Amino acid sequence: MTDSLMPFAVFFASIFTGNILLTNYLGMCSFLSVSKELKTSTGLGMAVIFVMATTTPLNWIVYQYLLIPYNLEYLRFIVFIIVIAAFVQLTEMTLERYSEPLYQSLGIFLPLITVNCAILGVSLFMVIREYTLLTSFFFGLGSGIGWFIAIIAMAGIRQKLKNAKIPPGLEGPGITLVIAGFMAMAFMGFSGMIAIS
Amino acid sequence: MIVTLLISIGIISLISVFLAILLVIADATIGNYGVVKISINDGSKELEVQGGQPLLKALNQEGVFIPSACGGRGSCGMCKVRVVGGGGDYLPTELPWISDEEKEKNVRLSCQFKVKQDVAIVIPEELFLVKEFKTTVESIRDLTHDIKEVRLRLKEPAEISAKAGQYIQFEVPEYELTDERVYRAYSMASSPDDKNHVELEIRLVPNGICTTYVHQHLKEGDEIIINGPYGDFFLRETDKHIIFIAGGSGMAPIKSMLLDMEKKGITRKASYFFGARSKRDLFLLDEMRALEEKMPNFSFIPALSEPQEEDNWDGEVGLITDVVRRMVSEGANSEAYLCGSPGMIDACIKVLDEVGVLPENIFYDKFS
Repeated sequence: MTDSLMPFAVFFASIFTGNILLTNYLGMCSFLSVSKELKTSTGLGMAVIFVMATTTPLNWIVYQYLLIPYNLEYLRFIVFIIVIAAFVQLTEMTLERYSEPLYQSLGIFLPLITVNCAILGVSLFMVIREYTLLTSFFFGLGSGIGWFIAIIAMAGIRQKLKNAKIPPGLEGPGITLVIAGFMAMAFMGFSGMIAIS
Repeated sequence: MIVTLLISIGIISLISVFLAILLVIADATIGNYGVVKISINDGSKELEVQGGQPLLKALNQEGVFIPSACGGRGSCGMCKVRVVGGGGDYLPTELPWISDEEKEKNVRLSCQFKVKQDVAIVIPEELFLVKEFKTTVESIRDLTHDIKEVRLRLKEPAEISAKAGQYIQFEVPEYELTDERVYRAYSMASSPDDKNHVELEIRLVPNGICTTYVHQHLKEGDEIIINGPYGDFFLRETDKHIIFIAGGSGMAPIKSMLLDMEKKGITRKASYFFGARSKRDLFLLDEMRALEEKMPNFSFIPALSEPQEEDNWDGEVGLITDVVRRMVSEGANSEAYLCGSPGMIDACIKVLDEVGVLPENIFYDKFS
């Protein structure tokens, strides 16, 4: 594959074949707890798309220009978390001040995903896979969209599930995990198309 | 080696400091809403507070206490306040607690609603009387195997003005069952006349945060913070006959009302039905008998649902609802005051309805 196509390939792959939630099982806690309603899932999904698409390139810059020059790659865990937390905090404050509707639909979820492992995971994969800045951005954006698709699909299923008879022992997170497993298998159907590693 | 260490510490600090400064600047600019005005009850009180904080907290700082059990995390839904001006849209975190009816009245959850501009709110007048009290535990005694009486002496302020039957909120400090302060509501059992003291009757609930604290950790001499008084469960001033019904620690507000009646010389006909399982769940019998002596129109009727053989019980037997059904006459000319578990109260309301007590004359304090 030519390098110029790389960002788009990664973008596509991170949505379908390498879906961060369904292949890596990252970001599970908020996925399980918030996927009850389609409306809240949409809000949370949008927030994840936004945060992943912005923090991944941001972390790329910090990693390339601060950590690599001083041979501090091993500090990336701490540094990425600090950067993500501060950025999310700033975004929340800005939204709360300047855009009431956006804060209502999206901002309220931001504190929830500050410490989401999927967000940190995307930044760490970006380092391991040695992406460029542009690819990192598309990887973050794609992973966010992938997570978004997974959670709204799950919310849709769970809303239907309200009418279903579930064995008492499986109610709540139990059945959700089982469904997530099936969804992951369904997404495996995409895996022949393109692979990221 | 040392150099690498210093460099890594330096870089981490650099990033942290940079981000911290960024956040501080943002907090002072974007997050700074300046001083905003809160106008309470059509301007009968005006407060100036720092904007951007939750309404509950802002009011708290100014000494206006709104009842809240969870301490502002949006999980109890108690701290509702009517915001009539400067409200804005509902937040998703408020919606689970707000009914359609309340939406029309602009009722908001004050721990979630942030004051960003001048607002006008409406709160019940008596909340102005609510204060925070520093108290010392004067005595703790066992009333039954699972109910303790805690007597608190008020230090600052030293006096509370409450109506008999009202409740206070007890602040539980951080301990092994909770990593933050929580508040639990308890009715006052003491007479409102005794302004320097507050008595509580607290029943042990397995794994209850406050009840475990009181039963296993609280000692005489400990300092406890309470706030109050709250509630509209108090004796109405009419000539109707009074039916008191209580179970377990539901004794507390009724006892307070009785002491108050005795003090004020109220001679209305009053019957007090107290339900318990067996004799070991009964308490304060001597005090009740003494009140019967002093108040000729008052009778105390304890009833056991499962008397044990060794109890030698010769009083009423049966569920409290059956006893009430059997013994109440002149329902239409009676007022009922109920305190106890939701199950007991719901069952009693049904029975009171059967014996002719009008719904508007039934008052209750449900444990939740």
